[in-house]
Amino acid sequence: MKYKSVFDIIGPVMIGPSSSHTAGAARIGKMARELFGREPEWANISFYGSFAKTYKGHGTDVAIIGGLMDFETDDVRIIEAKQIAKEKGIRIKIREEESLTDHPNTARIRLGDKDGDIELVGISIGGGKIEIIELNGFELSLTGHHPAILVVHEDRFGAVAAVSTVLAKHKMNIGKMDVSRQDVGKMALMTIEVDQNVEDALLQELKALPEVTQVTKITD
Amino acid sequence: MFRNVAELVELAETNNKKISDIMIEQEMEVRNKTREEVFDTMERNLTVMEEAVERGLQGVKSHSGLTGGDAVLIQKYIESGKSLSGTLLLDAVSKAVATNEVNAAMGTICATPTAGSAGVVPGTLFAVQNKLNPTREEKIRFLFTSGAFGFVVANNASISGAAGGCQAEVGSAAGMAAAAITEMAGGTPSQSAEAMAITLKNMLGLVCDPVAGLVEVPCVKRNAMGAANAMVAADMALAGVTSRIPCDEVIDAMYKIGQTMPVALRETAQGGLAATPTGRELEAKIFGFSLNKKS
Repeated sequence: MKYKSVFDIIGPVMIGPSSSHTAGAARIGKMARELFGREPEWANISFYGSFAKTYKGHGTDVAIIGGLMDFETDDVRIIEAKQIAKEKGIRIKIREEESLTDHPNTARIRLGDKDGDIELVGISIGGGKIEIIELNGFELSLTGHHPAILVVHEDRFGAVAAVSTVLAKHKMNIGKMDVSRQDVGKMALMTIEVDQNVEDALLQELKALPEVTQVTKITD
Repeated sequence: MFRNVAELVELAETNNKKISDIMIEQEMEVRNKTREEVFDTMERNLTVMEEAVERGLQGVKSHSGLTGGDAVLIQKYIESGKSLSGTLLLDAVSKAVATNEVNAAMGTICATPTAGSAGVVPGTLFAVQNKLNPTREEKIRFLFTSGAFGFVVANNASISGAAGGCQAEVGSAAGMAAAAITEMAGGTPSQSAEAMAITLKNMLGLVCDPVAGLVEVPCVKRNAMGAANAMVAADMALAGVTSRIPCDEVIDAMYKIGQTMPVALRETAQGGLAATPTGRELEAKIFGFSLNKKS
């Protein structure tokens, strides 16, 4: 079931005018910022489908930019997000894409600073609910509904076991786990949804594993 | 966890509970929260809805200038005493309009189930409260009952205009409201399901064709009629009228109609009212381009 809470239906409290094109967009932006781990210096945003056709009227652009600056869906600063980003020196580029995507409300965001960048694809599925379906070329399904740990690792035997051993040591229960890879034997991404928020000590321990190259957490 | 309306109604009726009870208990279990926490969160949403209606009834105007002020016009007309369709019905209509006018003006609202359809549930609630005199708790329960039916639609069909057209947004909202009105008025869980079915049947096929892609024309007036539809369907269900097609099958029909709906009629501003000469003219004026250039 895609919708688990009554507050997915009665909610969110948000700045209008569209739950999918405004609130959902803000959440995609916010998730992008969280995955990046800090405020970006620049972001290139591409809109597809209904997003591309109607983003101006729905404020989809300002909502995503607001999300990149960590604004919630009901933060009135969303209305002025473009101006605020400009004042902060965040460079934003927006493109309207013609190509068809599986979901009509799709945005691809590349964001970064002098120390690095990430690229992700988010979809807004209705009522403000979103999913991140691609991260740096890896397929995944991240809803932001649960705390989660994302682990980029070498695609070889023992990697999943090594990570789950660390989680077990910290008494962390795994609610859902996905592994996706680009090519056999190269890099892979583990997406692990857990029940409680993740402490930094655990992240450090995961980072120290020989198979692991990168660890990110998503808080609830 | 209930997966469809039949299970929801059965859970309520076999345990001698209300639909709102079932939704509240499920929320407590899924989110691991106390009853008080769940109620508090919903009360905050109720407060946002009250503030939005109040603001809309004072008169707002959207940035594009396409919408705003109609809620005030309808209220004044009600006061004139000339209303043909009845004070309570028109009050629901004006309050649904009020919320959506605030939404169009980029004001703060609570999505129910979406922002574009946010007027129907609060509009009907704040109208029927004048007749039924509910307690604060009963008003919060109204939102849980609405949410329970919306939950089923969202999981078995869609609540997105881009995926399923306006029937998935205002259609769902109207069905949710009808079910909640029925419970508040003392109807049984089965009657709530009938009210939802009757409402949604009359919203099937409704396309999402917003002029200039803005959540304004025809969205605001579709919320008005969604509220009216919900009120009438609730009355019909309370009178004992039932739907020959069960609620779950109506929801499924809505889903399948949405899947076969052309993309031009699913929130792309390419068909329907958006593609009328006046719709195109308004679009050109709002975004400042010439119609000749845009083939």
